Amino acid sequence: MKMKYESQSVAKLYFIAAISLFVGQILFGIILGLQYVWGDFLFPYIPFNIARMVHTNLLIVWLLFGFMGAAYYLVPEESQRELHSPKLAKILFWIFLVAGAVIVASYLLIPYAKLAEITGNEVFPTMGREFLEQPTIGKIGIVIVALGFLYNISMTVLSGRKTVINMVLLTGLLGLAVFFLFAFYVPDNLVLDKYFWWFVVHLWVEGVWELILASLLAFVLIKVTGVDREVIEKWLYIIVAMALITGILGTGHHFYFIGTASYWLWVGSVFSALEPIPFFMMTLFAFNVVNKRRRDHPNKVATLWALGTGVMSFLGAGVWGFLHTLAPVNYYTHGTQITAAHGHMAFYGAYVMVVLTIISYAMPKMRGREANPERAQVAEMWSFWLMTIAMVFITLFLTGAGILQVYLQRLTDTPMPFMVVQEKVQVFYWLREAAGLVFLIGLLVYLASFFIKDKQPSQT
Amino acid sequence: MKEKFTKGMARNIYYGGSVFFLLLFIGLTVDTVKRLPETDNRVELTDVVAKGKLVWEHNNCVGCHTLLGEGAYFAPELGNVYERFGNNTEAIKAFIKSRPVNGIPGRRSMPQFNLTEEDLEAVAHFLKYANGIKTHNWPPNKQG
Repeated sequence: MKMKYESQSVAKLYFIAAISLFVGQILFGIILGLQYVWGDFLFPYIPFNIARMVHTNLLIVWLLFGFMGAAYYLVPEESQRELHSPKLAKILFWIFLVAGAVIVASYLLIPYAKLAEITGNEVFPTMGREFLEQPTIGKIGIVIVALGFLYNISMTVLSGRKTVINMVLLTGLLGLAVFFLFAFYVPDNLVLDKYFWWFVVHLWVEGVWELILASLLAFVLIKVTGVDREVIEKWLYIIVAMALITGILGTGHHFYFIGTASYWLWVGSVFSALEPIPFFMMTLFAFNVVNKRRRDHPNKVATLWALGTGVMSFLGAGVWGFLHTLAPVNYYTHGTQITAAHGHMAFYGAYVMVVLTIISYAMPKMRGREANPERAQVAEMWSFWLMTIAMVFITLFLTGAGILQVYLQRLTDTPMPFMVVQEKVQVFYWLREAAGLVFLIGLLVYLASFFIKDKQPSQT
Repeated sequence: MKEKFTKGMARNIYYGGSVFFLLLFIGLTVDTVKRLPETDNRVELTDVVAKGKLVWEHNNCVGCHTLLGEGAYFAPELGNVYERFGNNTEAIKAFIKSRPVNGIPGRRSMPQFNLTEEDLEAVAHFLKYANGIKTHNWPPNKQG
């Protein structure tokens, strides 16, 4: 075993589940992309809304598996003690996996309205909102798993060595759980509903998740570069400081057109325009630290993922976010393919890539070696480039579709109906689907890289 | 610069900055909620509308459509559909009712949800209510 603490190995289960659900997410992405160009594909068995719900919910669930696995791996090492309860971690794993599987299966097997009826949604309505479609009972299950997980992690952190990395991570995870509670607040008033819905969605991905992202990145960078902890921790503090300083009021960029007071047009524009700063700092941080490395870690591909996370999160969340964040621009782009373009690259560049970074670093260790054999690493690097370049093109094609959509539907003197415009931008959807298939190939190469052995017996 | 800017300073910016902006955000939220009656069309928020919102949610409409720009981008914006359909809830109901069970070959089609007359009425009025929310004149035109 190459791990410092035995209990870290519980992360392996979480990572395997994360990767498996990732595959499911991408398959449904391919289905959705096809439905964009072949309108009745799988209709009426898997209509678009169901496939999309599976696609986005799987994404969220697998990222949560990734974050939890990452925490179970990182926290003992940072805290310099075994995990409070590896057994609890294993029990929660199975609960979460089974609950997740049942929820996704129920989306596919039962009409959604029926599912709402069976689970008594009328009594305590929380269903039918984007990303938070899970039946109320499922949401309660998520809260229970999160509480158990936080208990386990907190007990470990608080009774061990406290580092900036594990404290920032813990704050991020706590925030994740706290803001999820807004998923239970569904008022009849649509404006209120939308306003507080963003407390989950925005304050997750443009708030506390950034804390998780930055701390995972910092951990891997310390390990692979050997750069002094003091330097890395200073970067970490300043990155998460900027993330929250810009990101909290940056929530305002979602309040422009949902029926709130007009000062949000200003507050949202100004603060969200600054949101790229922490992401740019993350890029600088990753490159700076790798340049100053004090050791050549044999796990080269983990370093590649770490650098990639810096660059792609800046492009996806920072640049593509800024592109449509100013209120006068957003007036035309709000709710178009521009949003879809940004969403895809931001989620991939920030959260998918950081989870793959920590998996890339930790998985070989849990399999008893410092790094994977050369050939496996080369395959993983191929998968890095295939998936990343494919995602760049998915984003560019959706941006193309979005610009055209904005023009034809909203900017021109003779605006056309939505469905007419959709026909006119078809070529971009075809290209996006092709790029999606390249992404899938990249993912298959990624899976294969776990099974590639060296020709010679591997160096331990 | 390295010596001047210490980890302690970075930490203070993190804690101080986050707490300050979190409190400011809470303050603005309180203010926003207080001002909502000016914009949120609550006069139209009847029991029928509330029921309509539930119908909207129970059929996962947001999985294809946007509503005030939020949702999926597969089907038209519905925040102004009432206006687009000639300020007519009956037209909305007729559209939902008329969807073919097996779709339209090769094209996108809304599923047939088999809503009851009561549900249809409710969801149509919910969309009428949504249309009355003051959104700083968004969407830019009636096409959504």
